[in-house]
Amino acid sequence: MTAGRKIGRPILEIDGVSLAFGGVVALQGVSFDVREHEIRAIIGPNGAGKSSMLNVINGVYHPQQGTVAFKGRRRRNVDPHEAAQQGIARTFQNIALFRGMTVLDNIMTGRNLKMKSNFLQQAVYWGAAKREELEHRAKVEAVIDFLEIQHIRKTPVGRLPYGLQKRVELARALAAEPELLLLDEPMAGMNLEEKQDMSRFVLDVNDQMGTSIVLIEHDMSVVMDLSDRVVVLDYGRKIADGTPDEVRNNRGVIDAYLGVAH
Amino acid sequence: MTEQPDTFPRLLLHQARLRPARPAFREKDLGIWKTWSWAQVADEVRILACGLAAQGFQRGDRLAVIGDNRPRLYWAMMAAQALGGVPVPLYQDAVAAEMAFVLQDADIGFAVVEDQEQVDKLLEVLPQCPRLKRICFDDPRGLRHYGQAELTAFEDLQAAGRGFAQHNPDFFADELGKGRPSDVAVILYTSGTTGQPKGVSQTHAAMIQTARVLVAFDGFVEADEILCYLPMAWVGDFLYSYAQMHIAGFCLNCPESPDTVMTDLREIGPTYYFGPPRVYESILTQVMIRIEDAGWLKRRLFHAFMAVAKRVGIGILEGKPGIPLRDRLLYRLGEILVYGPLKNVLGMSRIRVAYTGGEAIGPDLFDFYRSIGINLKQLYGMTETCVTVCMHASGDVKLETVGPPMPGVEVRIADTGEVLVRSPGLMKEYHKRPDATREAIDAQGFFHTGDAGYFDSGGHLKIIDRAKDVGKLADGTLFAPKYLENKLKFFPYVKEAVCFGQGRDKVCAFINIDTAAIGNWAERRNLPYTGYADLASQPAVLDLIRECVEKANGDLAQDSTLANSQIRRFLVLHKELEADDGELTRTRKVRRRHIADKYAVLIDALYSDKTSCYVETQMRFEDGRSGTVSADLQIVEAKTFGAAAARKAA
Repeated sequence: MTAGRKIGRPILEIDGVSLAFGGVVALQGVSFDVREHEIRAIIGPNGAGKSSMLNVINGVYHPQQGTVAFKGRRRRNVDPHEAAQQGIARTFQNIALFRGMTVLDNIMTGRNLKMKSNFLQQAVYWGAAKREELEHRAKVEAVIDFLEIQHIRKTPVGRLPYGLQKRVELARALAAEPELLLLDEPMAGMNLEEKQDMSRFVLDVNDQMGTSIVLIEHDMSVVMDLSDRVVVLDYGRKIADGTPDEVRNNRGVIDAYLGVAH
Repeated sequence: MTEQPDTFPRLLLHQARLRPARPAFREKDLGIWKTWSWAQVADEVRILACGLAAQGFQRGDRLAVIGDNRPRLYWAMMAAQALGGVPVPLYQDAVAAEMAFVLQDADIGFAVVEDQEQVDKLLEVLPQCPRLKRICFDDPRGLRHYGQAELTAFEDLQAAGRGFAQHNPDFFADELGKGRPSDVAVILYTSGTTGQPKGVSQTHAAMIQTARVLVAFDGFVEADEILCYLPMAWVGDFLYSYAQMHIAGFCLNCPESPDTVMTDLREIGPTYYFGPPRVYESILTQVMIRIEDAGWLKRRLFHAFMAVAKRVGIGILEGKPGIPLRDRLLYRLGEILVYGPLKNVLGMSRIRVAYTGGEAIGPDLFDFYRSIGINLKQLYGMTETCVTVCMHASGDVKLETVGPPMPGVEVRIADTGEVLVRSPGLMKEYHKRPDATREAIDAQGFFHTGDAGYFDSGGHLKIIDRAKDVGKLADGTLFAPKYLENKLKFFPYVKEAVCFGQGRDKVCAFINIDTAAIGNWAERRNLPYTGYADLASQPAVLDLIRECVEKANGDLAQDSTLANSQIRRFLVLHKELEADDGELTRTRKVRRRHIADKYAVLIDALYSDKTSCYVETQMRFEDGRSGTVSADLQIVEAKTFGAAAARKAA
């Protein structure tokens, strides 16, 4: 499947990141990197700090210590919209779509940062604004085709089943043409068939668009099948990092999942 | 006027000369309808034919075509015919093993397929099909890293074709000149309710002559529009879409994806529509569900005006005299408020002619469409006869019949009740099956259809059932299982039914509920459920189905010959009947014998006095794995009616 894919240099480097909310320590000196075209999974038991890690990467949380470097540029306190402008898009653990809007409109919002005309020009919908809208729509249609959701193009998101909403959220993230895609439990709550579909889409995105992907997932078979390398967190610390096979046989990981007396 | 073109490739060039700029194909891609004119299509086909020739495609070679309805796949069929080859369209949802049989049987060397899914299936069976040398794919998605030497991208085939055409400018015209009308134009595999599928070889002459008759029959012109959404491997699509476009010059519209057909239908607004009864049924089911979910005003309006339509709609459609002015005005108001908008939503506003066939259609279903002004007609025929044995003419439609024989078609009823047909559209032969051909076509050239039927007083043919399925109950009364099943299947809650009674003292039935319709019904009643099996076992659902069965029994009681075949006991199956489990054919007809063998335990229970029965069944999931499902099924007794009592009640 991944024969022709070239994993390149690191695109994201996390170095000694620590994050605490008052007395609660979410992350403690975590370091790892994500390479170009790689699928990188973050796993760990509940409360291990996985979502916090994603939030640090796209600038929702600012770590008290440590640095994050994206495409070789060290940055400390970026805002989420700056991160998005740099090429980081994400989906959420609890779907965050506009429920009353159609699938098409939801995905169009993913193009928001790329739109140059202002709202007055758009209101008149003439000249450059019209051309721009058509261009964006073409991009969005390509994503709709890619994720095979043509049949729900005009359906309000709130009317869709959960599995499809997850796919729409992925579509919105892809519409931003990201270089790094953060997926927070893209397969939670799905049945087997939906999981297989989603896995295929994740692999296709990675393969055909060359997007680097950071993935949080609880389904171990999915993680082991999809990812190139896995980082394991437990109580905010990194306890293992390596290929799926290495991680599977790591003593610390087995203990964290099966539980040992602390 | 000179001689009429007599092969499909000549017809293609003829249309390209006659109406070069008219649309021939449309396809929705990336949200936009793209159009190809006849001239463009002729050019695409020439390039494609040259590309195939460059790859070594020879006169008489066979080309498999597999995928959803896509312009490029239709062009591939045209290109193969232009080279004197034979296209063999395959059912796109067949599993690899089923494809292997056809690929071997038809000696297929070349294939043009839609996407990765089909490529994977062909590569899987490649070792069993050594003749298969070339696989061309339309959609390259996911195929980037496939290194197999057999694979070619569609664009590469076109490029090769352009090169070849430059070096051999006369090649295409020469090849076209060599074609004869008696050549085989297509091999269509019948799904077959029993045994292995058989390839039906149809010549250019048979298909073209039949298509000419059909075009004249309903007066099709270049301005007609058709949406081709039925499998390309099915004779109906080949005849109604492909063959007729070549004669009438109308445009084929290809849907964006199989899931978007309803939307595409609405955007295109076809004038000519074909569907098996189940398609009309599922459309009606969706309408009914949405109406039940609508606000009270809409619901009241809908039901009030549907009652008007039921009373006078069909009479108005057929232009019958004697309809009171008040009803005419009410109907017109209904057209504005209900029927018009409804037809618009269904994409049926512009329909001039709609056909159904392949199976009997429920009377209420048939009347529903006709009463809202859609000229729905029935036809009868099979792959072996280019369909077109009998058809309703506009204005002469009876719901119980399939119409009188078509011009040029001779129909005879054998002593056994079997329908025999002789026509210009009769197949040349079953491919490589002289034994089966001899069995099917007798010495006088009549084809034995295997259907039982008779002519009514108006000269219309009435088909009751498969000749071998029409049976008798133990007491000698007529037992026509399909007739009963269709009666049950008309209820929106019943998806599939299988009736038993041959040689027995009473009729019993298996029923599959319609998950969508009953799920919606359950939601409105706040009944929680997890899936099909759970729904199927709920007492409230069983009661609902019992009411349906009893209503059907009430109807049957009205007809003295059928009163005895009322359904006494039934059960709701714990799993849906599936083609993947061999219970339905690929065209979703029930395989009654196979089901009877597989569920013998259940049948025994139905004919005993047990009230429940435990069963365990192997089933295949959509991802190809298999598992077992088990359940304890309740057997339900249904009320039956005496003939006299029913008459009083009615």
